[in-house]
Amino acid sequence: MQIYLPIADLPVNIFLVLGMGIAVGFISGMFGIGGGFLMTPLLIFIGVSPAVAVASVSTHIAASSFSGAISYWRRKAVDVALALMLLAAGIIGTAAGVWLFTLLRRLDQLDLVIGLSYVTLLSVVGALMIYEALRATWRALHGGPAVIRRPGSHTWMHRLPFKLRFKRSKIYVSAIPVWGIGFIIGFIGAIMGVGGGFLLVPMLIYFLRVPTATVIGTSMVLTLVTMASATVMHAATNHLVDAVLALILMVGGVIGAQFGARTGQNMRGERLRLLLGLLVLAVGLRFAYELVVTPDDLYSIRYVGAG
Amino acid sequence: MWLVVPTLVALLFAGAAAPAKAEQLVVSLSNQRVLINSNFIGEELVLFGAIQPEPGQQLKPTGYDLVVTVAGPRVSLRTRRKARALGIWVNVDSREFVGVPSYLAILSNRPVDAIAHADILRRLQVGLDYFLLTQRIGPDLADTVREDPFRQAFVREQMRHGFYRQAPDAVTYLTPTVFRAGISLPADVSTGNYAVDVKLLADGALVTRASASLDVIKAGVEQYVADAARDNGLLYGLATTLMALATGWFASVVFRRD
Repeated sequence: MQIYLPIADLPVNIFLVLGMGIAVGFISGMFGIGGGFLMTPLLIFIGVSPAVAVASVSTHIAASSFSGAISYWRRKAVDVALALMLLAAGIIGTAAGVWLFTLLRRLDQLDLVIGLSYVTLLSVVGALMIYEALRATWRALHGGPAVIRRPGSHTWMHRLPFKLRFKRSKIYVSAIPVWGIGFIIGFIGAIMGVGGGFLLVPMLIYFLRVPTATVIGTSMVLTLVTMASATVMHAATNHLVDAVLALILMVGGVIGAQFGARTGQNMRGERLRLLLGLLVLAVGLRFAYELVVTPDDLYSIRYVGAG
Repeated sequence: MWLVVPTLVALLFAGAAAPAKAEQLVVSLSNQRVLINSNFIGEELVLFGAIQPEPGQQLKPTGYDLVVTVAGPRVSLRTRRKARALGIWVNVDSREFVGVPSYLAILSNRPVDAIAHADILRRLQVGLDYFLLTQRIGPDLADTVREDPFRQAFVREQMRHGFYRQAPDAVTYLTPTVFRAGISLPADVSTGNYAVDVKLLADGALVTRASASLDVIKAGVEQYVADAARDNGLLYGLATTLMALATGWFASVVFRRD
């Protein structure tokens, strides 16, 4: 059944898009991520322009992260103070990202920058995840000493000024890295159409030593607000958010996420991280292939305006 | 006042100089309003027409040629060229096409090059090779030669998407004087006014022409959403976000397990 998307200006098969929503939702529920890094490329692949895809996926992620955030909130697994601190910087990052997005679109380099960001970010993060997961598996097999993360262990970031105490997460850190992380996630999210959960969770764990109990819940709250504000800003500045597309995606997404979460709970942590790493790396390499291989037609057309 | 006199003179001479037209062209479209609603997947229209002799005149026994030009709302489009830089493909060069039709179909009963001489085709803008496609070149607006790589790429890309089309067999004669032409609009066609221009040619020269027009408009939900997104971007963004939150909340209630 075909449905015409009013902003993307093309008809799509409603069941195909719903199926994509369910599939990505399944993965996002399984790994506790938003799944934007999978959804945006899929939409581009079925013919949605990169700009509309990025903007509409923000809305889709806002929905799925809200449903996730509510369940973490009920379990008291959200550090509100930390989330608010990250958010303050995240919104500035999002605004900067939307601004750069608009500029790059005008300069005809948006597709390239989206492509390059995906390649760099996904390849690096994917490779790190695989490495980390394999090391953990190796240790488990050979009975080597597991590295125990002590609450008191410090990095150079803990010596920075403007220290703040976050009670729920039981950490005492400088505001500078918190703001920095918030800004980067908001910025990347607006340009790439990703919630940034797959980046934010490791950053919070490795740089700020946020305990696993609160890290996903807090990350979901941050994702929710950055993606909601990205939706509003993309809609207000570029008029690119396709509400019909976003609605189909989010309906599929929330259904898929439920099944994904159940599957994820029955899998071992390092195996889950290895799978996620492989997936992230595969998407990154797919983008690299696109940039390197000779295109079918060197010319492409972009709509500038009426008249 | 001094303008009126030469105009009148010109009119008088025009009336006297032009030979009495022997043919009348009557055309009609199967549908003048194409509605884009949620199940729009493109549309096929038919243009019907008849060639009639003026009272007391005869039609040529040698037959006529017909060229139907359908031009969509004017847009500006940028054609970009990629080149390899540091191993990856980057847009390096671009040319802007200003005020070109978003949709252009040139339908005829036989290849346009067989209908008339290139000079006539150019003057009448018949055929994709001869249609005026204005480019911004430095401070000027001009069309280029048809071999220009940007022009060729532009037409090729537009044809690939089904926006531009040249069909030398799309006009068919039902009788020697009654014809039909199939106009196909792709699913991602632009909204707006489409001008249909029908030219009747005989022996390589224009005999007469007729025109019609059709409107492509978004209807129902599609129109509502598109208008809201364009006119009230901020409000639309807020409403979309609320919709997302409602969906997320609904899911968390439906699938609640604790």
